[in-house]
Amino acid sequence: MSTASPGQATGTSESPARTDQPAVRDYVPSAETIAAVLSPGARPARPSALSASVTFGWRAMLKIKHVPEQLFDVTAFPIMMTLMFTYLFGGALAGSTREYLQFLLPGIMVMSVVMTTMYTGVTVNNDIEKGVFDRFRSLPMWRPAPMVGYLLGDMFRYTMGATVILVLGLVLGFRPEGGVGGVLAGMALLVAFSFAFSWVWTMFGLMLRSEKSVMGTSMLVLFPLTFLSNILVDPETMPGWLQVFVDVNPVAHLVAAVRGLMAGEVDTGELVWVTASGGVLIVVFGTLTMRLYNRK
Amino acid sequence: METTEEKGAAAMSERTAELAIETSQLVKTFGDNRAVDGIDLAVPTGAVYGVLGPNGAGKTTTVRMLATLLRPDGGQARVFGHDVLREPNAVRSRVSLTGQYASVDEDLTGAENLVLLARLLGHRKPAARDRAAALLAAFGLEEAADRQVKNYSGGMRRRLDIAASILNTPDLLFLDEPTTGLDPRSRSQVWDIVRAVVAHGTTVLLTTQYMEEADRLAGRIAVIDHGKVIAEGTPGELKSSVGAGAVHVRLREAWQREQARQVLARTLDAQVQLDADPVALTARIMDGGTRDRAAAQASRALAELDEAGITVDDFSLGQPSLDEVFLALTGHPAEQADDSEQDGERESVEAAK
Ligand SMILES: Nc1ncnc2c1ncn2[C@@H]1O[C@H](COP(=O)(O)OP(=O)(O)OP(=O)(O)O)[C@@H](O)[C@H]1O
Ligand SMILES: [Mg+2]
Repeated sequence: MSTASPGQATGTSESPARTDQPAVRDYVPSAETIAAVLSPGARPARPSALSASVTFGWRAMLKIKHVPEQLFDVTAFPIMMTLMFTYLFGGALAGSTREYLQFLLPGIMVMSVVMTTMYTGVTVNNDIEKGVFDRFRSLPMWRPAPMVGYLLGDMFRYTMGATVILVLGLVLGFRPEGGVGGVLAGMALLVAFSFAFSWVWTMFGLMLRSEKSVMGTSMLVLFPLTFLSNILVDPETMPGWLQVFVDVNPVAHLVAAVRGLMAGEVDTGELVWVTASGGVLIVVFGTLTMRLYNRK
Repeated sequence: METTEEKGAAAMSERTAELAIETSQLVKTFGDNRAVDGIDLAVPTGAVYGVLGPNGAGKTTTVRMLATLLRPDGGQARVFGHDVLREPNAVRSRVSLTGQYASVDEDLTGAENLVLLARLLGHRKPAARDRAAALLAAFGLEEAADRQVKNYSGGMRRRLDIAASILNTPDLLFLDEPTTGLDPRSRSQVWDIVRAVVAHGTTVLLTTQYMEEADRLAGRIAVIDHGKVIAEGTPGELKSSVGAGAVHVRLREAWQREQARQVLARTLDAQVQLDADPVALTARIMDGGTRDRAAAQASRALAELDEAGITVDDFSLGQPSLDEVFLALTGHPAEQADDSEQDGERESVEAAK
């Protein structure tokens, strides 16, 4: 799995004493110009919670623009997963890869996107170590804004990941019954749930010391949640105790709901399940995240 | 909510009105380590207040508590009369911090960094762009505006950092070791910027490891060590407690050093240290005299050395260094020598005893 997180991609080497560019060599601070920028009239009112969050979302987009490598995670990884599982299990489980794909694609889309949510934790952890966070924290603004901003940026990545898989699926022969509306609704549900789920990672990103431990913990949480589910196979063949786990696994419910939407058979029960668990995730992990954030 | 806070604070104390910062018995512990161990500060408005101390003295920890980034474990701290614990937002709206480690986003360009902050302070997009452009111009960063900060030199990064900190026209600016690691030219640019900011009426709390820097910029200085204030006063008061200065001598011939030591000890009536460098020695002029008198004594010493037939390659009268201030104030040298020191100040390395 690639680890092209922003921090790594950019490198963090300090270069304290590099010489200035010739163009700015002759900079002489002028008391007048500095005084002029210090007296700009009235201070503006504090930005609203929404405006501050959207500004942080804009920061996330700028980072994607400057460090596009970070999109590697949401493109290469899903493509690999889709191809691997389609051709590995297709023949054995469903008779043909094409038939298996109709079952697998919504699930593998959920799996890939949910897996990429862990980079939120890595990004938060990377960022928090840097001085820029001190600056954000010393601003008089709505406190969760930086965290919400991350997640807004991440929703863009999730949408990209889901789109990549959809396109690949269509190329390989995925023909959803739910039509354009069903597919888009399924993707929207997936992205919304991933937003809620990412609060788990903002919490770990703030709680754990290093990027490595964030990655390790993410794996520990994500592997059971994605593999012990209805993504790859029908849970009916699993032993009873495992079915108990699958029954309460929110990812399994998400898969069922997305599958339903894409197949044109809306399952209201599953939709309620997914919405409720998303709400619980935001409340619980959002609160824990903000606790840690305020204490740091 | 903010207005009630402000009213409450105004009623709280008349006396603190003219103080930018007032702390009493401020404490922060990390496990067993008392990083800040009962600090009392009274920082008047409208000047630079220097906090001088070696590595690990507790400077950053103190500043972070005052900027509401770290919760004190004990004692009280008020910024413009607002308690840092109870009214953090009132404090945040009046202060700004330039951290010891660059607090700008390395992945973004200089302009993007400033626009981002202006937006977060509530400026609308066009106003934010204008403000960013004006600041970049005032700090000599126009050319670099659209380059990623990770490609900036140390000096440029510092300037951007300070520009970001004055975006909200703070009443109090914290500068945590703003010149550590900068070359002399970048350092003097930062000094000029600090002077301009203070001239405009902003109070600056500046931490540093360099006596010279505190001396040049600060109206008052607190010297801290092991989380405690060990001396406080104007630069003049501090220096006279330390001595008028130090004479640094480099000889051509190492074998003449013992003889030179005796000459210096006699003519300067000073304690003379043999430096690690076998041809160098340092004499501290102790008698609390003025700088002029120290200069007169120093030139007499140079003449005596010449008379004694000792060839001198380099001879200078320097400011008391932080090491010397420490030695004088605590009776022990500052514990951790700072390797990264690149300043023009002359540091004497004590000969092993
Ligand atoms: N987050 C932390 N956790 C544990 N110990 C800390 C933490 N921050 C600082 N310390 C300890 O507190 C003491 C004071 O540190 P501080 O960073 O305030 O010193 P400083 O005067 O700023 O030093 P420097 O000149 O190196 O920046 C040091 O012993 C340091 O190891
Ligand atoms: Mg420090």
